[in-house]
Amino acid sequence: MKQPLLVFNKKGIYCKQADVYIDAWRPVDKCIITHGHADHSRWGHKQYITHTNNVPIIKHRLGDITVTAKEWNETFIINGVTFSLHPAGHIVASSQVRVEYKGEVWVFTGDFKTENDGIAEPFEPVSCHTFITECTFGLPAFKWVPQKEVFSDINSWWNTNKEEGKTSVLFGYSLGKAQRLLKHLDTSIGKIYTHGAIENMTEILRPIYDFPNTERITRDTKKEDIKGNIVLAPPSAHGGTWIRKMVPFVTASASGWMTFRGARRRRAIDKGFVLSDHADWNGLIETIKATNCEKVIATHGYTDIFSRYLREELGYDARTEETQYEEDSSETEQKLDNASVK
Amino acid sequence: MKKFAQLIKTIDSTNKTNLKVAALTEYFQTAADNDKLWAIAILSHRRPKRPVNTTLLRQWATEISNIPLWLFEESYHIVGDLAETIALILPTTESSSDKSLAAYISEIQALRTLPEAEKKEYLHTNWMKLDYYERFVFNKIITGSFRIGVSQKLMTRALSKATNIDEDILAYKLMGNWTPDSTTFQKLVLEENEEDYLSKPYPFYLAYAVEDDFQKELEPISQWSFEHKWDGIRAQVIIRNDEVFTWSRGEELVTDKFPEFQKFLKEIPNGTVLDGEILPFGNDVIGNFKDLQTRIGRKNITKALLKKTPVILIAYDLLEWKGNDIRQKPFSERRKILDKLINDCNCNSLGLYLSETMAFSSWKEAANERELSREKHSEGLMIKKKESPYLVGRKKGDWWKWKTDPFTIDGVLTYAMRGHGRRANLYTDYTFGLWDGDELVTFAKAYSGLTDAEFKKVDAWIKRNTLERFGPVRSVTPHHVFEIAFEGIAESKRHKSGVATRFPRILRWRKDKPIEEANTLDDLKALIPK
Repeated sequence: MKQPLLVFNKKGIYCKQADVYIDAWRPVDKCIITHGHADHSRWGHKQYITHTNNVPIIKHRLGDITVTAKEWNETFIINGVTFSLHPAGHIVASSQVRVEYKGEVWVFTGDFKTENDGIAEPFEPVSCHTFITECTFGLPAFKWVPQKEVFSDINSWWNTNKEEGKTSVLFGYSLGKAQRLLKHLDTSIGKIYTHGAIENMTEILRPIYDFPNTERITRDTKKEDIKGNIVLAPPSAHGGTWIRKMVPFVTASASGWMTFRGARRRRAIDKGFVLSDHADWNGLIETIKATNCEKVIATHGYTDIFSRYLREELGYDARTEETQYEEDSSETEQKLDNASVK
Repeated sequence: MKKFAQLIKTIDSTNKTNLKVAALTEYFQTAADNDKLWAIAILSHRRPKRPVNTTLLRQWATEISNIPLWLFEESYHIVGDLAETIALILPTTESSSDKSLAAYISEIQALRTLPEAEKKEYLHTNWMKLDYYERFVFNKIITGSFRIGVSQKLMTRALSKATNIDEDILAYKLMGNWTPDSTTFQKLVLEENEEDYLSKPYPFYLAYAVEDDFQKELEPISQWSFEHKWDGIRAQVIIRNDEVFTWSRGEELVTDKFPEFQKFLKEIPNGTVLDGEILPFGNDVIGNFKDLQTRIGRKNITKALLKKTPVILIAYDLLEWKGNDIRQKPFSERRKILDKLINDCNCNSLGLYLSETMAFSSWKEAANERELSREKHSEGLMIKKKESPYLVGRKKGDWWKWKTDPFTIDGVLTYAMRGHGRRANLYTDYTFGLWDGDELVTFAKAYSGLTDAEFKKVDAWIKRNTLERFGPVRSVTPHHVFEIAFEGIAESKRHKSGVATRFPRILRWRKDKPIEEANTLDDLKALIPK
């Protein structure tokens, strides 16, 4: 029997013909990295291959590593297998990986979203035979509203807080969500202050991407200067001593999980906005149709439900594979909730 | 509807009590009277009769959403609430409705008698007319049970702020079995109507559980009166105008379920309200709570059932005497009258008993009595301040419950299921087994008791150690032992283990124990009271 082009083994998603891994979760020799979140770009590989814009991100996170940079659509051939990277729209510099061998094409999405968020390179569907897709939000209950509406809500929330003499503290993962939030805050309302972790990451991205001005909160930052402005902070800052400088403050977080009333109500955060960096139900289905694929492999998320729908309702040859992103993939969003729920 | 949906949205998006009360107060100050009346009804769980059964609701919602029914069911399982699931999966709309809450409810009530096709037509049309929150409220009205993080107490507080009527008086006015169709906002809330009070109970006073090292706080012990904490149905029995009314704590009029209390008329004078516990009492011993469920669950109370599961009222407080509300008198005085009333009459033959008060000179003595709780078929001790008035609702300070320690047993994690709502992407609902030979037999399910961090760890482990998947359920390699606590235990023919436990929850994760050291089914059976 013919060996599949990509297999899921103990170390990650593996292409035997090229002896290359994608987003491996154990140390390997050669690994293509879809994006800079910790569960996809792990420590310890001998050689990393990733998009040019992702290089400074993973170097910042992983230190002195050996990286080969690639542009979008640039093909590179390893032992007869042709690889290329295509924008995934999940966060800045996130890629899908296209793998072609003897006319057979596979695509691995990594994490992705279909809406153009104005900062991450917009998602492009890539034609293939076999499509390996995430489905973190693979339930028809998840339908995102356009981000324009969400940001209008976020900015009016900030404005109201300012009028009440309060500082707005908005939590977001320091890579990805923080920059997306930053990009769309209305600076006519006030100044944007940042937690060190977010400021460090944003500084690295400034040469490549355009962001509004921010001010790092340091020991010397005066309490009265922050008042009424907005503070971007990683979820881990919630409940710590750092945040006391912002008193009086109101907190909010933005995540796809905020779709559920239970999640909105039970968190220790004052306000929840539904804003996700993953595709929603319609985004997933439309993308699969756009790839013209025959086979779908669903990883991390509501995999069983999603693949059953694809099989029974849409006639795809669909199955699931376990990855070790499962816990983490949603965590980039979920950390917001977990860190805050007591 | 818009205004009410906005209220629910505001309440949903805050966890601060004062903001919830402020939103409710504003609603009660500005909404139309008949909308307010319905809002009060809904928030005190008086919903209109369900006009459409949920099977049809699901079916119609999936049709309009163009998804298969199984996918709806899976989504429902994860979201955890039918009204919310339907609101989420329906196609998104841009519209919103100006129709009032009361107008919508009268349409929904009228729906009941319409033919199925018209019901469907009505739902389809209106679903597509409403925005997300309006849809959610609309669905909630149809399906019932409006649990939205607003207790009756909060609602009453807001209503009190909006009307300047005392909170306790309002609580009293809002009790009983009124419906928005039988009254008006003016009549229910604003007017004084003496004749309405005939069957009205008083709001129950509820105790708090004692805290760690509470004994020091409660010194001197001499100011406290002790009783056993009976494990039945908390009830008020009202004797007025030669009629008997029985109310359960859930504010339900259960007079018909307990016809034996009609006999109280023989000995108890009009103008008396008793607070006590309904207990099963076959063969003159206090039975198991399980027996009572057969009495509450049945629509018709047959003679056979009355004979099989007789009940008594064990009284512990007197709220009204000779037609006067005596709740402000100290507990000790109220008890003096109650004790005399019951001791002087032939009450026991009527099924009316007294919950004996006890006094202790030391906490050691009290603790010794608490140890006897299981033997005496009680759940522990009640500690009531002798000086205390009978308050409204759950108030800290004067009444405490000091329950017995729960039963505990070490079980093995065998199955896991995804949680609901906030825990929707985590496996947090667990099934536990006990050894029966070399087989693990399921004995309990539990989904509370671990910290969020622990749930995350167990969840990650489950995802990596799944043996088989059955829809939302996964079987896992037996590996982890958890200490399970539960309140009660009884034999059961409906459970494979032959045992039913009451309120099982996880006490702690026994990482120190290998599965071989988990308990056996025989260990569990040994806990069943003889």
